[in-house]
Amino acid sequence: MSSVAAASPAAAGIAHARRPSTLTVLRWELRKLVSQKRTYLGLALAVILPLIFVLVQNLHQRHGRGAENIFASQITQSGLATPVLMLLFLSVFMLPLIAALVAGDIVANEDGNGTLKTILTRSVDRGQIFAAKALAAMVYAAIAVFLSAAVATVAGVASWGFNSVTTYSGTVVSAPKGLLLVFAANACYLIPLFTVASIGVLLSTTTRNSAAAVVGTVGVVILLLILAQIPGLEGIRPYLLDEQFENWHGLLRTPTDWAPIIHSAWVCALYAVPSLLAAYLVFLRRDVAGG
Amino acid sequence: MTGEAPPVKARGLVKRYKEVLAVDHIDLNVRAGDVYGFLGPNGAGKTTTLRMALGLITPTEGTVELFGRDPLREGARALQGVAGFVEAPRFYTYLSARKNLQMLAALDGDDAASRIDEVLETVELTARAGHRVGGYSHGMRQRLGIAAALLRRPRLLVLDEPATGLDPAGMRDMRLLIRRLAGEGITVLLSSHQLPEVQELCDRVAIVDSGRVVYEGALADLRRQGGAGYRLRTGDDARALEVARNQAGVEHAASGEHGLVFQAEEQDVGRLSLALGQAGIAILALTPELATLEDLFFRLTEGAGAPEEAGAPSAGAGGGGVEHADADGGTPASEPAPPAPAQRAVGIG
Repeated sequence: MSSVAAASPAAAGIAHARRPSTLTVLRWELRKLVSQKRTYLGLALAVILPLIFVLVQNLHQRHGRGAENIFASQITQSGLATPVLMLLFLSVFMLPLIAALVAGDIVANEDGNGTLKTILTRSVDRGQIFAAKALAAMVYAAIAVFLSAAVATVAGVASWGFNSVTTYSGTVVSAPKGLLLVFAANACYLIPLFTVASIGVLLSTTTRNSAAAVVGTVGVVILLLILAQIPGLEGIRPYLLDEQFENWHGLLRTPTDWAPIIHSAWVCALYAVPSLLAAYLVFLRRDVAGG
Repeated sequence: MTGEAPPVKARGLVKRYKEVLAVDHIDLNVRAGDVYGFLGPNGAGKTTTLRMALGLITPTEGTVELFGRDPLREGARALQGVAGFVEAPRFYTYLSARKNLQMLAALDGDDAASRIDEVLETVELTARAGHRVGGYSHGMRQRLGIAAALLRRPRLLVLDEPATGLDPAGMRDMRLLIRRLAGEGITVLLSSHQLPEVQELCDRVAIVDSGRVVYEGALADLRRQGGAGYRLRTGDDARALEVARNQAGVEHAASGEHGLVFQAEEQDVGRLSLALGQAGIAILALTPELATLEDLFFRLTEGAGAPEEAGAPSAGAGGGGVEHADADGGTPASEPAPPAPAQRAVGIG
């Protein structure tokens, strides 16, 4: 083995070493995600489902007249109905599952593989690593949502044209405005989805087991959905996740109904903030003895 | 403020896992420039102690400071100038070695990234740097662990069983590398149960058993105290034993399998040889023998492995003790006998 002069302590100007920023840590968290095959499993689901939907609609050439949902009834009139319908279909289970795949894995995986100790003995604090991991989980969830929306929009527009679309309030909006509303609706949906990711990060941190955290996160979502369906519990429904997954409907009305969005913001905060805070405190104090 | 602080100062470290006391009031004093061996059987609490030292786990009691900084209170700041690995070094197997180092350099900040090529060269991994770590052998990962540590330009290098699992050539290379790093002024805290490794590399040691330090100090002192002695063959061993026992400064004289054994300072050995000559007893052979670290280790950690007589030199104890240490993960909590004079040795119980 050759000389190690550069590593000698002689030039060790370590007393005032500058600490890397959390953004740097986040960048590497994202690079790690990009380098892992499992990352693409969720993204593939986010892409394939809209494609299957559009393909099936093209083959059947249904016109959707008489459908309950106003967007379902205009599938073939405007390509912009497709991303709205996809968000409706995917928002309750599939997108939370995709978010949970990464959020539930992001701490537990490194704990199990022993790489957590590798990064915790460098020059960044635990808090920075936690923040970067939580942010990376949310960035991934956002990418899945917008990727799905983009694929649905492109496939829908390619199949049925970039036409005006009628919203929930019966108002016809131009295609460009419709596109903007589709984008905004997906952005609004991130509020409850980030909540799911926060629960995933909490379970990932506390269980130290990827599978348990991913399944547990989806389990929490399903539990809240079931609670919402139990007769007699109607009173708590506005405070479960079920309704928050539909918060974006308010944007597809004229005038815009901000109430469900504001409501979902604070209800979701009631879930997400304690989850992240608890996860943060556990991460700061935990013994890293794996690997 | 921290300029004069020692690289590692641990006081009363305790780690309890429910009913199990993994570390029981351990004190460590690693001085600047030491190659400090942290020695003990498997399960003795070495790795747990190192994890506490690096801030990976929280002590139940006690404190540890690295260059005067407490990793629990000061987090990453306390690890400035400190690098190494606990248990096996772990990397992202889906990334190349170079990518792993790039990431770690990014987490180190400063100019760590500019040293990647150099540290890869140091551990002779340049040719394989672009390959994914998932395909690396155990030895290559150990070397990459050293490379990752060197990125931080450490003043203190903490290595936990760095040679474990390596083939003989890998072990030799690892020792050479550690020796070279130590020669360049890096303080090394080397945890090991490989006695020849510690004997060859370390100048100071802490021997830990069942979570307690049973000896801390210079390795040379330990060996001297634990059994510096001489073996003597004469034309008349029976008379020679009588002369030796009456000679001032000669201790523990006894008949051995091949002549006599005794302990004495060098000048007293000279006087004994003169006395034997005056008594008309021919000296056929007079050889100094130091107790091996292995003898001392077993004496300290098992209490039953001492030679027949405390301090008597042992013959022919080579490097075969590694297997014993390995196999002895569950060292009984019996009270080991400290070495004869055992300066600074902490008795159990």
